[in-house]
Amino acid sequence: MAPPRNRRPGFSRRAQYGLFLGYVGLVGGMLVAAGLLLLSIFNPPAFGAVRGFFSEITTPVASAFTWVRTSVAGVPEGVSSYVNVRGENARLKKQIADNELLVERARTLNQENRHLREMLKLHDVSTDAVVVARLVASSMGSTRRYATLNAGGWQGVKAGQPVRQPDGLIGQVVETSPNTARVLLIVDPESIVPVRRTRDGLPAIATGRGDGLLDIRSASVATMIFQPGDTFVTSGTGGIFSPNIPVARVIRTSRDIAVAQPSANPDALDFALVQATFLPDPTPTPSPKPSPSAKPKAGKK
Amino acid sequence: MTDYIPLGRSEKMPRSIWLAPLSVVLGSMTTLLPVVATVPFLPPFGLMMLLAWRLMRGDSMKVWMPVPLGFFDDMLSGQPLGSAMLLWSAAVLMVDVLDTRLVWRDFWQDWLIAGGAIAFVLIGGRLVAAPFTAHVDTALLIQILISAALFPVVARFCAWLDRDKKRQ
Repeated sequence: MAPPRNRRPGFSRRAQYGLFLGYVGLVGGMLVAAGLLLLSIFNPPAFGAVRGFFSEITTPVASAFTWVRTSVAGVPEGVSSYVNVRGENARLKKQIADNELLVERARTLNQENRHLREMLKLHDVSTDAVVVARLVASSMGSTRRYATLNAGGWQGVKAGQPVRQPDGLIGQVVETSPNTARVLLIVDPESIVPVRRTRDGLPAIATGRGDGLLDIRSASVATMIFQPGDTFVTSGTGGIFSPNIPVARVIRTSRDIAVAQPSANPDALDFALVQATFLPDPTPTPSPKPSPSAKPKAGKK
Repeated sequence: MTDYIPLGRSEKMPRSIWLAPLSVVLGSMTTLLPVVATVPFLPPFGLMMLLAWRLMRGDSMKVWMPVPLGFFDDMLSGQPLGSAMLLWSAAVLMVDVLDTRLVWRDFWQDWLIAGGAIAFVLIGGRLVAAPFTAHVDTALLIQILISAALFPVVARFCAWLDRDKKRQ
């Protein structure tokens, strides 16, 4: 390609000044951008309103794309279910009969559980579902991990609320606009979730790595070694995430940090549930059971 | 484009005057595709369109155009506001400087320049957006390679959009 023609736009003073002012605009814009960048690095929600305005316009497009994707992805399943409907019917009938027994037993257990809980004066914290919506888009090209939810302030979504799927925790709402919300996924490098090990309740902290996995660090001073296969659920510490939402499963360990795979896949064609922010229960929680190592000592004394 | 008409140029405005910014905006809007990604993999199509227009038709856009286009990209991309505004402008400015140094460039040089500019913007964006300890560098490298490999396609697409200019 030949050298560009707009380097010296002829002898017209007007054209020369126009080009010069264009460069002045470019450099001025860069200075403004640097200012905005500093402001948004030190105060990330600073431009939430502006982003919300654009997201109000673009999210319907993303929702339409999602609708297309769900419809197309549902086609093979629809065809196969149509073909297999007869066999499936027989199988399901048999399964219902089998389940009757289990349901009866579960009912008994449930009743017993309720009774025991009443005796312990343990109140269930209601974790109300705010809204069920879909994650319609995400920051695919950026190193940050945000997703867009197609429900917002008008549906009751507020910043700080946790977002989950049946499989586990997905993230937390960081910004809302009237009909859309921005969700910080737990795999984002700046996300931190307080968790505990399901096996023994060991408190830990799950931070995003940025590559789709989580780092688990022990929150206590004890240098407990994590094992591959350990599962972690939210602990409720901090009062944002309600307890016992599955978070991650350890896949490999290194010294005091374990690398874990999140339990929920945010890309699954599934609805996301926005829950109300979990507030700490005012009633005293039952004292934790003495650990097995402490018990023999007490017995000896 | 309206300020002067050099000799031998028709008065009819080429459609790139509105099509170039629009195609960059549409490129930025590819993040609206319904995929919730856990690693960055989508090439920055907005930036690639901008570079393709700038390298193939230097006069298709006003000099200051990367600023508003970068602003729009920042609104959708999830990067902190200002990152694309600053980095896209810097990339275009670098192309401008290279234009004064290179006497002649053909497509291979364009590809090299675009690859360098894409790598510059993506690495710069990673440095301002994600903390230094984040494990995103492998994914970022793959994203840069994919983007550089796709640049010829985007450049062909720009040339196709610009075909009314060729007929004149």
